[in-house]
Amino acid sequence: MTDATLSFEEAMEKYDPVLGFEVHVELNTKTKMFSSAPNVFGDEPNTNVNEVDLGMPGVLPVVNKTAIESSIKIGLALNCKIAEKCRFARKNYFYPDTPKNFQTSQYDEPIAYDGYLDIELSDGTIFRVEIERAHMEEDAGKLTHMGGATGRIQGAEYSLVDYNRSGVPLVEIVTKPIEGAGSRAPELAKAYVAAVREIVKNLGVSDAKMERGNVRCDANVSLRPHGRERFGIRSETKNVNSLRAVEHAVRYEIQRHAAVLDSGEPVTQETRHWHEDTRTTTSGRAKSDADDYRYFPEPDLVPITASREWVEELRATLPEPPAARRKRLQADWGYSELEFRDVVNAGVMDEIEETIAAGATPTVARKWWMGEIVGRAKNADVDPGQLGVKPATIVELNKMVEDGKINNKMASEVLDGVLAGEGTPAEIVEKRGLAVVSDDAPLLEAIDAALAAQPDVADKIRGGKVQAIGAIVGGVMKATRGQADAGRVRELILQRLGVEG
Amino acid sequence: MAAINRDDVAHLAQLAHIEMSAEELDRMAGELAVIVDSVKSVSEAAGDDVPATSHPIPLTNVFREDVVGHTFTAEQSLNGAPDAYEGRFKVPAILDED
Repeated sequence: MTDATLSFEEAMEKYDPVLGFEVHVELNTKTKMFSSAPNVFGDEPNTNVNEVDLGMPGVLPVVNKTAIESSIKIGLALNCKIAEKCRFARKNYFYPDTPKNFQTSQYDEPIAYDGYLDIELSDGTIFRVEIERAHMEEDAGKLTHMGGATGRIQGAEYSLVDYNRSGVPLVEIVTKPIEGAGSRAPELAKAYVAAVREIVKNLGVSDAKMERGNVRCDANVSLRPHGRERFGIRSETKNVNSLRAVEHAVRYEIQRHAAVLDSGEPVTQETRHWHEDTRTTTSGRAKSDADDYRYFPEPDLVPITASREWVEELRATLPEPPAARRKRLQADWGYSELEFRDVVNAGVMDEIEETIAAGATPTVARKWWMGEIVGRAKNADVDPGQLGVKPATIVELNKMVEDGKINNKMASEVLDGVLAGEGTPAEIVEKRGLAVVSDDAPLLEAIDAALAAQPDVADKIRGGKVQAIGAIVGGVMKATRGQADAGRVRELILQRLGVEG
Repeated sequence: MAAINRDDVAHLAQLAHIEMSAEELDRMAGELAVIVDSVKSVSEAAGDDVPATSHPIPLTNVFREDVVGHTFTAEQSLNGAPDAYEGRFKVPAILDED
């Protein structure tokens, strides 16, 4: 069943959105939160586990010191206060993603609280998002639903469980309700999650790959009529796992809520599942008794105290914050405000930095990423960084162009070849027989033919209207199937006609 | 007045996935009420100046260095699992349980 929606514009005319986010960050420690089993993605199922992760009777968890330090660093980077004393709690529920029937988490005493993050929107507006808390917990195992038509839980006959992810350290970052974003709510949602991802990546505490689930977002959305203070009833869309999906999911939920409210019905407080294929959400389970988690203090773990000395030691190790880094990079690269903002909005700042480090000039790196690559990413509907273009490829392609071996059009074709896995740029130039025709004889032949075909244009050029030359150059390029160096063709045409360039 | 009644017990039993008959609920409500009332006397003994504690041992920061230790093979992990398939635990579909 498809839910009714209003257009986004109409929804915005009638209602004011309130957002809230829970972002789960997987830490990249070597071992798990409470066991010494390795924290590694993608190995053979149920081999990165030991008795603690499998919740065997009588085992005792021991806290990973590095995970605590990483959590404190995240708290500091989010401008939070760090609790002098905090503890773990058991969150009790029955579901096979945890073999213990509880998740070890934090409840009433999170390690970090009362922070904020200033989010820069695409036009440079700064929007402050308040952070309620950041608490530590452990990840759950991975379920694969089998027997259903689509791999979704609906219609599944049974599920298979891999506990490799069980016990991986997580930090859950919870915002306060975000008011006042208005029609920029979807954009803010994306920018907020991007900022958190950037921070944890920059801190080096997480691999921060959303496609691998290192950063996962649950997005809360509610609407209220303009001018009303009380919040509407919210929905929580689970596991929205790419930046684009975060934006789309918030936008969709705003449109869906608006249609529900317009029909005079109350919104159901429930979990929603995001579907990337249809860009819609479907109803999960309604909030019920199952959410009564009977939290209680974890008796197997003693409290954590963070002395002010320890916190300050950790603060001293924090790297340059992303916002400061952006200012520095913009100055280093000599981009204008607008150029730099476009780069950030296109999500290619890190890629450009790597490309410059690989030997490209800032101008060349920007030209390639913002031109050829962003265009391809848009067509393929993926983030530019996910296309698989390596900095070295760009440096090599650019050198070939600068050396006059190939022209820009050919370079674009070679890039297609590289992305299709046909080999290095040099190999593809060789294989596809791409090389600029640099011997003047065949060019002159083509030029003479083009001049003869368009005598009136030839006359115009002779008469001093040099800008008409494009038609002749075009004819030559067509005759040489784009393999000529357009600059050289232009020179030769002018020589032929005895005109000064 | 007892701090826990029959409805509370039924609710807790449901959350804990414990099936209880009407007779068991009646009996357990009475027994738990006695226990809860007894525990209450502890709060009377501890005044406002005594901070709540979750742990009887005065220890904090018991940590482990982030060094990889032992692991199980898939075979060891699944040893004792009621059902398994291709190296993973096999469990019934869960959605309709709510």
